Amino acid sequence: MQTFIEDLITKNNYQATHLLAVLRAVQAQYHHIPKAAIEQIAKLLLIPRTQIIGVIEFYSFFHLTPRGQYELLISDSITDHMLGKHEMTAYIEQKLNVKLGEVRTDGLVSFDNTSCTGLCDQGPAALINGYALPHLTPAKIDQMADLINQQLPVSAWPKVLFDVKDNVIKSSLLLAHCIQPGEALHTAFKRGLKETLKEIDMSGLRGRGGAGFKTATKWQYCSEEKTDEHIVVCNADEGEPGTFKDRVLLNAYAHHVFEGMTLCAAIIGAKKGFLYLRGEYLHLYDQLNAILADRHKLGLLGQHILGADVDVDFDIEICLGAGAYICGEESALIESLEGKMGVPRNRPPYPVTQGYLGKPTVVNNVETFMAAAKIAVNGGEWFAAMGTEKSKGTKILSICGDCDNPGIYEVTFGASIQSILDDCGAKDVLGIQIGGPSGTFISNTELARKIAFEDLATGGSFIIFNNTRNILDIVNNFTHFFAHESCGFCTPCRVGTSLLKNQLDKIVNGHGSAGDVVALEELCQLVKTQSHCGLGQTAANPILTTLERYPELYQAQLKKISYEPGFDLDAALETARRLANRDDAAAHLTQVEEG
Amino acid sequence: MTNKIRVATTSLAGCFGCHMSFLDIDERILELAEVVVFDRSPITDIEHCSTDCDIGLIEGGVCNSENVHTLREFRKSCKILVAVGACAINGGLPAMRNFIPLEECLNEAYINGIGVENAQIPNDPELPLLLDKVRPIHEVVKVDYFLPGCPPSADVFWKFLTDLIAGREPSLPYELVHYD
Amino acid sequence: MAKTIMIDGLSIPFEEGQTIMQAATDAGVYIPHLCHHPEFSPHGSCKLCTVKVNGRNCSACTFPAMEGQEVINNAKDLNADRQKITQMLFVEGNHFCPSCEKTGNCQLQAVAYHLNMLDDHFPLFYQHREVDASHADLLIDHNRCIFCTLCVRASHEHDGKEVFAISGRGINKHLIVNSESGLLKDTDVSAKDKAAHICPTGAILIKHTAYQVPIGERIYDHQQIDQVSLNSEQVDHDK
Repeated sequence: MQTFIEDLITKNNYQATHLLAVLRAVQAQYHHIPKAAIEQIAKLLLIPRTQIIGVIEFYSFFHLTPRGQYELLISDSITDHMLGKHEMTAYIEQKLNVKLGEVRTDGLVSFDNTSCTGLCDQGPAALINGYALPHLTPAKIDQMADLINQQLPVSAWPKVLFDVKDNVIKSSLLLAHCIQPGEALHTAFKRGLKETLKEIDMSGLRGRGGAGFKTATKWQYCSEEKTDEHIVVCNADEGEPGTFKDRVLLNAYAHHVFEGMTLCAAIIGAKKGFLYLRGEYLHLYDQLNAILADRHKLGLLGQHILGADVDVDFDIEICLGAGAYICGEESALIESLEGKMGVPRNRPPYPVTQGYLGKPTVVNNVETFMAAAKIAVNGGEWFAAMGTEKSKGTKILSICGDCDNPGIYEVTFGASIQSILDDCGAKDVLGIQIGGPSGTFISNTELARKIAFEDLATGGSFIIFNNTRNILDIVNNFTHFFAHESCGFCTPCRVGTSLLKNQLDKIVNGHGSAGDVVALEELCQLVKTQSHCGLGQTAANPILTTLERYPELYQAQLKKISYEPGFDLDAALETARRLANRDDAAAHLTQVEEG
Repeated sequence: MTNKIRVATTSLAGCFGCHMSFLDIDERILELAEVVVFDRSPITDIEHCSTDCDIGLIEGGVCNSENVHTLREFRKSCKILVAVGACAINGGLPAMRNFIPLEECLNEAYINGIGVENAQIPNDPELPLLLDKVRPIHEVVKVDYFLPGCPPSADVFWKFLTDLIAGREPSLPYELVHYD
Repeated sequence: MAKTIMIDGLSIPFEEGQTIMQAATDAGVYIPHLCHHPEFSPHGSCKLCTVKVNGRNCSACTFPAMEGQEVINNAKDLNADRQKITQMLFVEGNHFCPSCEKTGNCQLQAVAYHLNMLDDHFPLFYQHREVDASHADLLIDHNRCIFCTLCVRASHEHDGKEVFAISGRGINKHLIVNSESGLLKDTDVSAKDKAAHICPTGAILIKHTAYQVPIGERIYDHQQIDQVSLNSEQVDHDK
């Protein structure tokens, strides 16, 4: 192990910022991070061991205790549930002889839940040693069980198991016509970088991650920072349940994305760029690096790009995440890039003035960079001609859930929800979760509403539920998700998301009484208004948006009594009953007083 | 007599310290007795609450099945239920056993402890069974008011009861709020 | 002319670079806080110091004072939220004041008194947490840690050490110490460290000093935390 780690650290140039990459490699090799490894890494990277332990315990994909040689994680998103996650879980438990959350006694395989893997249009999905397994079926599980028992390395497994589909169904401005590698840069250099920024400004392009900050303004602010070191970061930590468009863009349109990043670098004067790729998209890592190598060969990366009059030197490095939704928040992502726990920073300062290692940094979504590249080629007018007054252009949606054709749909901003439902063949609709759990649940009476920053903003997640679905199940899944993903930095979110989970469980499980929904709503408001970052501020949205629309559903769960304990009273006597060997009437308690 | 306010009190998993502190109102108890009559309480030896109690004061947390029954009786019989003292409010000192599994606690006390003879965990049906955790009372029934302190001082009782009796919303000034 | 902000209708002067908390403290306005300490870089995690700045919630300890800000601090709704946040801290850990030697000197308790908190409101989490009494002079009772990171910052910024850190995520967050064994005795901590004396609760205690000052004669037994805090922190800011 000692040599393995020495080589690893050498390969990572003794950079503490590469801690996640180092730990990913150790985890992959030893299926946990051994104590001795922590000591050695601390010495070589000159960081306290506590930083390493902190990072290990922060990210879901790192472990202090051994996992199986085959680490199987099943996606626990609502769309996986709808596609048979529970049945597949039971089948895996039986077939692989391992319980969810456990390591098999022979140490060969471990099995656990993981947050949404971004395969919502082809679930139920899983990860095996980090690699995506779409569309689980009993037949595939049989096959996997054989492969595991033969101890065949995952790299030698049949490719068909890992066949992730793009499912691009509706194309428009961004997806319809590919630009050639270098085309955007050529045009931009010819037009002039200042003029190109003006085109982007004129296009009205706003950040596609969901928050919608104007892209040209962000680039302008960053370029005005007086330093010779600016940074470009592409946020590909697509963790919002129900979103998978960045996976498709990086699989089929990676040149466009890298072109957009390089364009940004030229405009703001950056030499260094990062693509922060969520760990769940490990399957894209090698091919993306190959594309970067191609772009180097084409003179589109590296020194003096395209021999332009302005000297542009730019390189892109791909950094993999390790299972933490919070890293989609830009300042948490930057912390993660620096090799730390993904804890959102205090703002101000904003990343455009002090980002990665304190340097002015532009962080944009995958789709934003792609759009910028296409705008550089086609001009601002081309883009601004579509969409609404406040939301120009198109939005790429990841459509999943109850519809005939889940997949990628590029819709014009201002498109009505009804038109989108018609496009994807959704019938008997109960409601739609727009923008993922952190967004809004709308009911089937609101289908005239529009996809736009001024109405329903979304980072791309669009989950459809038909009338066979139970709203409280959906809300419960989302609320558990936030409690699991809270970084724990601030009190209202750290404690509040877990309290929300417990309080909602009490109601959903039928133990709620008169005051419990009021208490739930009060808690929602507290978490929403007092939390540090977007995660906490939106964590109560699933409850709040459904409580607003379906108050009767919550009320129906409540008992007509003034109070019921939030824990199982009779079960609390179980140990004492067993030890006293009693089972008489007095050895039991009813949950609420009778009579 | 019938116009007097009926007050019931009890101690669950507590030490009766709160009751002692209540009695520290000293001669003010005579003033109180003008308007209050004590129902079920250790100081009256009445075993069960009348159905029309006005105020129930509960000391101690919930550690066993008997506590649950008593607490329910109080909740049912009292218009206003008050959690009195640290134990009723968050389990207090008895709740410090929560971090040792109940089985270990019982084994240590009745089986493996030093000097234990006739090692056996008591199983008489007359004895209430222990809950796996000691709980604050508001996790078992709805509670209307909380008087913190270990114990709350006599002045806390006095201030609270006189407020309530006078029809004021009870409030405790800074000097009276203590958790120790 | 000095720049000013308005806090609850009072005009408060500030110097460029000051946070709202610093400006308020210097002007004798108390904003409740637990993770803030004037000697260390602000953290902004406890959220007790949340104030409304031009209508928006901001942490006073991290948010810069800027000309023209209208700040609401001592308002009923903000104090109600602060009380709830304090209650969250109480139910998250295991806080048994009667058995804690920090009682009366504890800032968590004092803030709760100040906010007239009478109960825990939320259900307890019953988290199982350990006590590390391995060190000769110090002990950590993890039951009482509120993740303010003051010990982390004091050790790093003042003592020039890295004795403490926060690890884990969400409700599983916990304090760890920098030694191979994971025990305090094997770290380079000393009872003379600032980090050993900075804990606002009873999570990090100096051994053998517990009851030198009897209960009833302690800091917050007769003085409210707003006064205590302003008295000590105004001086610190002036340094």
